[in-house]
Amino acid sequence: MPDYLRPTALDDALAALSRRRLTVLAGGTDFYPARVGAPLDDDVLDISALPALRAIEERDDHWRIPALATWTDIVRADLPHWFDGLKLAAREIGGRQVQNTGTLCGNLCNASPAADGVPVLLSLDAEVELASLERRETIPLADFLRGNRETALASDQLMLAVRVPKPRAERARGHFLKLGARRHLVISIVMVAAALEADAAGRVARAQVAVGACSPVARRLTALEEALVGRPCDAALGEVVTEPHMAPLAPLDDARGSAAYRLDAARTLATRTLAELGSMM
Amino acid sequence: MSARGLDGADRAGAATLGDAIAFTVNGRAVSVTAPPLRRLADALRDDLGLTGTKVGCNAGDCGACTVLLDGEQVCSCMVSLAQAAGRSVETVEGLARNGRLNRLQRAFLRHGAAQCGACTPGMLVAATEVLRASPRPSPVQVMDGLGGVLCRCTGYRKIVAAVLDAAGDAPQPLGTPPPGAAVGARLAKLDGVPKLTGAERYGADAVPQDALWLRIVRSPHDSARVVLGDLEAAAAGWPGVARVLTAADVPSNRVGIYPDLRDQPVLTEKIVRHRGDAVVALLGAREAVTTVRDEDLPIRYEPLPAVRGLGEAQATGAPRVHDEMESNRLIEGGVECGDAAAALAGCAVTAEGRFETAFVEHAYIEPEAGWARRVGERVELFVSTQAPVMNQVMTAEVLGLALRQVRIVPSACGGGFGGKLDVSVQPLTALGAWLTGKPVACVYERPESMMASPKRHPSLIEARMGCDGDGALQAVEFDATFDTGAYASWGPTVASRVPIHATGPYAVPAVSARGRAYYTNGPPAGAFRGFGVPQAAIAHEALLDDLAEGLGMDRLELRLKNAIRVGDATATGQVLEASAGLAPCLEALAPRWQRALEDAARSNTQDGPVRRGAGIGCMWYGIGNTALSNPSAMRITLDREGRLTLYNGAVDIGQGSTTILAQICADALGVAADRIAQVLGDTDWTEDAGKTSASRQTFVSGKAAELAGSALRAAILREANAAGDATIELAGGCVVVRDGGRRVEIALGRLKADERGVVLEGAGSFDPPSTALDAKGQGAPYATYAFGAQIAVVDVDTELGTVTPVRIHAAHDVGRAINPTQVEGQIEGGIAQGLGLALMEEYLPGKTENLHDYLIPTIGDVPEIEVIIVEDPEPLGPFGAKGVGEPGLVPTAPAILGAIRHATGVRVTRVPALPHRLRAALRAREAGP
Repeated sequence: MPDYLRPTALDDALAALSRRRLTVLAGGTDFYPARVGAPLDDDVLDISALPALRAIEERDDHWRIPALATWTDIVRADLPHWFDGLKLAAREIGGRQVQNTGTLCGNLCNASPAADGVPVLLSLDAEVELASLERRETIPLADFLRGNRETALASDQLMLAVRVPKPRAERARGHFLKLGARRHLVISIVMVAAALEADAAGRVARAQVAVGACSPVARRLTALEEALVGRPCDAALGEVVTEPHMAPLAPLDDARGSAAYRLDAARTLATRTLAELGSMM
Repeated sequence: MSARGLDGADRAGAATLGDAIAFTVNGRAVSVTAPPLRRLADALRDDLGLTGTKVGCNAGDCGACTVLLDGEQVCSCMVSLAQAAGRSVETVEGLARNGRLNRLQRAFLRHGAAQCGACTPGMLVAATEVLRASPRPSPVQVMDGLGGVLCRCTGYRKIVAAVLDAAGDAPQPLGTPPPGAAVGARLAKLDGVPKLTGAERYGADAVPQDALWLRIVRSPHDSARVVLGDLEAAAAGWPGVARVLTAADVPSNRVGIYPDLRDQPVLTEKIVRHRGDAVVALLGAREAVTTVRDEDLPIRYEPLPAVRGLGEAQATGAPRVHDEMESNRLIEGGVECGDAAAALAGCAVTAEGRFETAFVEHAYIEPEAGWARRVGERVELFVSTQAPVMNQVMTAEVLGLALRQVRIVPSACGGGFGGKLDVSVQPLTALGAWLTGKPVACVYERPESMMASPKRHPSLIEARMGCDGDGALQAVEFDATFDTGAYASWGPTVASRVPIHATGPYAVPAVSARGRAYYTNGPPAGAFRGFGVPQAAIAHEALLDDLAEGLGMDRLELRLKNAIRVGDATATGQVLEASAGLAPCLEALAPRWQRALEDAARSNTQDGPVRRGAGIGCMWYGIGNTALSNPSAMRITLDREGRLTLYNGAVDIGQGSTTILAQICADALGVAADRIAQVLGDTDWTEDAGKTSASRQTFVSGKAAELAGSALRAAILREANAAGDATIELAGGCVVVRDGGRRVEIALGRLKADERGVVLEGAGSFDPPSTALDAKGQGAPYATYAFGAQIAVVDVDTELGTVTPVRIHAAHDVGRAINPTQVEGQIEGGIAQGLGLALMEEYLPGKTENLHDYLIPTIGDVPEIEVIIVEDPEPLGPFGAKGVGEPGLVPTAPAILGAIRHATGVRVTRVPALPHRLRAALRAREAGP
């Protein structure tokens, strides 16, 4: 009989993790699908009863999305336009059932190359809070994600939250486009997320663009970001995108699409994301 | 309390077996003592007996198990039992109050929104959440709210309509039409209520508590030699595993559709021929057979070269999939009439093409499931099936029993589409029960269902077509090869049916058509809605579009000009005598076609990457078995209490035969349809109605039901000495016959009754007339044909290669629509599957063995559909009816591909037209020749 721990205090959870190998269970939307037809014999740490890990909070210089916040919580939260891309991603992941139980933090810990939460959070320069019994640390998401289903999470650590730094500019907005082969319940072929900040003159002060499902971990397109800075915020931003901007991507061929197609579609989606975002700024 | 690690941290909130987990279900407090990690779906079904919640995938891909947790929809297969503690769970069983359907359920019944019913609990629960949040939701809100539940039967449109209608001012539920008015009425499904309350029993829903469970261990290799080690010794080390079955335990180890082609081992005989081939079977406690890992079994695989695809199967020196065969060719068939080569040479315009299709998965929401028990010297199976008598024959043969020693009781069937014609769990559960004397159950997990069940045949079709300068078709040359995978299954049926249909529904004087099927080490390909005809239609309809382009003629006009009509001969030399309704279908579509073309032209005046196009596809389909007898027999009895019982052996897999046969029988007899009770598909009680396939139940079994009803009517009228137009009324223990002014009361208690109290009965049987085909494929292979045509309007995003269907108009000649709601349901559901075939469905062994990598259309993918029912009566059919089970699917892919071509100029010759393939074709076209 495997163990099933469902602590109600964070320190108890961390203490348990410090002692032994446990599979962390939150929303269950990655855990159960990975065990179809297989015995449920993991020793499990169910963190869903931990207190104070659900509500999304605004803090001094950042927003905090804690470990148990679901996609639906994100959709329902009263958040600034900076989070529009994240909300779009939340609405398109799985069906309502997955949105109601699946958590953003779980999506990050699962670290699929096609994780819908990753490109958006990279475009928002997100950080993650990690905790073990001994210490807490906050590291950039980009450092947390190390590869296809590889993360920096140690076996004694829990992810407590995602932090999204507040934009510096008053005019700041995010956007997200996802391409799949059907309308609902679809794993992304390509995703593009972008976040822009405008200066007082209406020009791009800061740009962050990330592409998902085109490399083991979603990638930022830094050359494109640099090319966007200083341009007027309008639909013409889409025209800035060129093929060389896609250089950081290294897509694979699979049943959902060829590598060449992914590159091509990433460019198209980047163009559209920026054109739409530019005109909404 | 944790079993291990009794320290402070672990004690905090630890839950293990022995701790009861308390929550509420539908407002009632419950408490479950079970492993806390158990899926909530399993706890509801197995621990609480609430089997209304269905399990379709255990992976959150299908949404069948949707329940409300604290009012929010969740997949109960992805929630741990422990996480339900202290919370409120609402399931489908909680919707009806005091046995009365709620507004939403009534709307589902009225609209025919449940077909097989396997997705229905999930749909209803998801809709409940939507309606609580927005009592009058928009269609978009409904689709977003229900987007997490897959349906494979309905095409979703009636579900959306039902949810919208539930929210509004719902009209009263349908009453039963008066005697004589059942045929043609939109009668709600007679078996609809249990599908809406969760009371319906599917293959996995009524497993006895004391059953042993059987798990089939399957090959991870496409082709390998298998060496079994000491399984008995290994089994002794696994508590709860009763025994391991191998081929040596199976009295007759081969199954197959055709008596001379039993080529599929029940359990492997040293060689496995596809990924998913059955190797051994574990029998024991449910947890125990799941807990044993395949890699811990003493089974060694020595991989052998695998034959993948049609090219390799035909290559010189190719490994033979079946050693005893001379080559990988399973079968070849053809149709020859006139001199097609000479005729083509003389044509003013010709077209040719090479078309490719993939393995397609049925993806019924209910995976294969059932259980067996031994009763004395007999074995009884409760199983999800499309073919009870074929199951009975096959099970008896495998066990070495007489036919009468096997009883098949079909469970409700959660979708079939051809995939539940072959046996799945039947032989081994029966064998297990026979050997152990205990009930034995087997329920496939989704990946197992996808690995083991037959697929639609991949095809490679090379075809040429020619017409004269006026567009009159002169000749067709058609060569189709099919990948039948590792075992024959229904391969011969596909290879023989396709050449007959190669011309499409057109009159063509000179035809040379061949069909061949080859073995490969792919999954077995068998029956799937259309038996190869959908693949053929992609070819002939593309060539029709080519010819129209060559002629400068409108695409619909060319089809109408060549539409086969009464008096025309088919390629097999069969002169159609009646009910050839393609022309009226096209005439009905003509104004819509003009509007679709105008719509596309108008839409495309705007610049941008999205181009709109319109396409048209036509179909025909021979109803019933090809050039083979396929009888059905029905019986209706009247007992001394005045109760009518129809003994109906036709399995309703959601398509509606239970309702339709009652409507037909009721009108033939002259009573209201709701007066007829039914005994369904129990091989002890019903006669062989044949399998539910080939669109045959309405036509063949419907005719038998009509004849049975008429025979009982005649018997009643004889008792009353009344004329044929007399009316019959059932009034308790007597029948009142009114003949003109005369009223005769037959007291049933006074008639001689048999041991079951039956006083009068009517029997009917029908075997549609057909003839065998000669060496040149000439003859009359079918008694009647269904016809149809569809228009698709699509938007193509040319930068991304994505296709969004906008609208579909479907006109189908069904002879007579016995139940228009169900006819629409069959057509809409077929269209959704045709859309999947065209745009997204491709089964790749080892890569798409689940419902998130294998994509079927969701509620947001099926556009608005207009169904136009054309009734060109078939004199042989019941009240003029033919079949419509398969036809809806056939023209959809051709119409969509035609629309893509109209929008972009790209002629798609390989389906599915996945975004990356279409984008590559668009780029190639931009680059120029």
